[in-house]
Amino acid sequence: MTETPKRIKRRRNWKKPASFIAFVGPAILAFVAIVLIPFFNGIYYSFTDWNGVTGQLNMVGLDNYHRILFEDEQFRASFWITTKYTLVAVVLTNIVGFLLALLLTMNIKTRNILRTVFFMPNLIGGLILGIIWQVIYMKGFESIGALTGWSLFELPWLGDAQTAFWGIVIVAIWQGGGYVMVIYIAALQNVPTDLLEAAKIDGANRLKMLRHITLPMIMPSITICLFLTISWSFKVFDTNLSLTNGGPFKSTEMLALNIYTESFVNNNYGLGSAKAVIFFLVVAAITVTQVYLTKKREVEA
Amino acid sequence: MTTEKIERIEANIDQAPRQLLPQKPLRTGGYTAGLGLVELVAILLGLLYLVPFYYVIVNSFKSIAEIYTNTSALPNVWLASNYSEAWEAMNYGRVFLNSLLITAGANLLIVLFTSMAAWKLVRTKHWISTVIFFLFVAAMVIPFQSIMIPLVKVSSVLGLLNSHWGLMVMYLGFGSGISVFLYHGFMKSIPEEIEEAAIIDGCSTWGVFWRIVFPLLKPITVTIVILNSLWIWNDFLLPSLVLRDIELRTIPLATFYFFGQYTKQWDLALAGLVLGIVPLLVFFFGMQKHIIKGITSGSIK
Repeated sequence: MTETPKRIKRRRNWKKPASFIAFVGPAILAFVAIVLIPFFNGIYYSFTDWNGVTGQLNMVGLDNYHRILFEDEQFRASFWITTKYTLVAVVLTNIVGFLLALLLTMNIKTRNILRTVFFMPNLIGGLILGIIWQVIYMKGFESIGALTGWSLFELPWLGDAQTAFWGIVIVAIWQGGGYVMVIYIAALQNVPTDLLEAAKIDGANRLKMLRHITLPMIMPSITICLFLTISWSFKVFDTNLSLTNGGPFKSTEMLALNIYTESFVNNNYGLGSAKAVIFFLVVAAITVTQVYLTKKREVEA
Repeated sequence: MTTEKIERIEANIDQAPRQLLPQKPLRTGGYTAGLGLVELVAILLGLLYLVPFYYVIVNSFKSIAEIYTNTSALPNVWLASNYSEAWEAMNYGRVFLNSLLITAGANLLIVLFTSMAAWKLVRTKHWISTVIFFLFVAAMVIPFQSIMIPLVKVSSVLGLLNSHWGLMVMYLGFGSGISVFLYHGFMKSIPEEIEEAAIIDGCSTWGVFWRIVFPLLKPITVTIVILNSLWIWNDFLLPSLVLRDIELRTIPLATFYFFGQYTKQWDLALAGLVLGIVPLLVFFFGMQKHIIKGITSGSIK
């Protein structure tokens, strides 16, 4: 039986969308159900007083937002501590990562094994890292303090707001330094050697070469690492939960943990959702700026 | 002509990441005294980086009394019994299998469905493809904390709560953005002519994808699997919200609750902590090259 051209055409018209749906459908379905629907539901809940337990929920308009922005001291404190943490952790992680990369692109023999060592903490998730450091701050420091007599180690690190903050920063550097190091190493190796040789012949010292050749050449990687670490730090949760759980007295409770506590501990799902929306807006602004700057640099380069 | 083209593409694919991992010296030159000093500093820094691991591992072999009196030195008596007790108490065999099953299953779903989706999105020149791709990419901006509150509700309606299967589907939803994005970018380097030739030879759409396109995607598939594995294996928050039964718990969950429960029994808690880290280290030393490659190529995107 031969098909008329018209029937073939109709069959083709049907076949294309069908195979499109078959290939794209499963991923889209999971994506819509797991990401999109909850995302928009969350925005809706942020205008309600839902407590998550009872089915009852009332529209309360902008009340949640008003409360967060003008009354919730803890949210403001969390926002501030998160911003402070982000600034400190980003600067220090990148400095450490970059210095390690400089060190490990020099012609030393233990280079490869040391790269592995510095990268290793990164494999382990923030939750377990937090527990490891809890052990260090509570038992290890105590022992080092007793051995050396240095008062720095004899402080109750996790029991004081100031030191607990730095405690989380140290873990962030220990974890993130190796990751950005890998990116910086890749960038440093792509700096043309003849450029450096030429500068050397012209009498430039190491510092000048670093300032005028290496740094400008690896600028794109610096942008990437900066924003990568900004987004890690701003969204920090696991380490925060397992190391200090926001303590002492909520002094280290950062935004993600604050949202978590508001929703799942205090059962204020509506209020938690409103916080989550604000959190999303800030994270989105950071990420969009990052993509914009990276693309812009790519065009210029 | 086509096979030649494929070979050329494969050569390029192999070459690009290898440039990021050059092991040969940057600048040739003698090993000077100054370099020896640098090496010494680097090794000392490396040892400093390993100190937390040292404390955790060494103390996991001590009795509880010895942990209190002799924290920093090697154990006087090496106790392996901490491990057998922690293994039992954590139900480690079960927990390990849970983590393995979830990571493997989620990876399978992600690779399968996102590669299929990305292929059709690249090959179908239609505004719908553009819109869908944009949605996948845009949603990467959404932080998990902005979705988690309604997610629990949505997934209970869908029957995804408290099951490994449900958790895998959620990972497909969350992982689809970055994976579709990476496949999409890579797919553009595969010439369409090969696929057209196969269709003329009588190959079905299904056959073209699995026999011709999918094998060519191998390099990016390896990268995607590694990035997703590290994320899923270490993930704490999502499984802690989704899995209610103790028998379903993954390694980070079991370590967290175990440590919380045995916090005064450092001997068992530390052994449990080491058990939680070991699989990652084994994975890392097996896949080191691929992991570093994945990070450098993933970050440059």
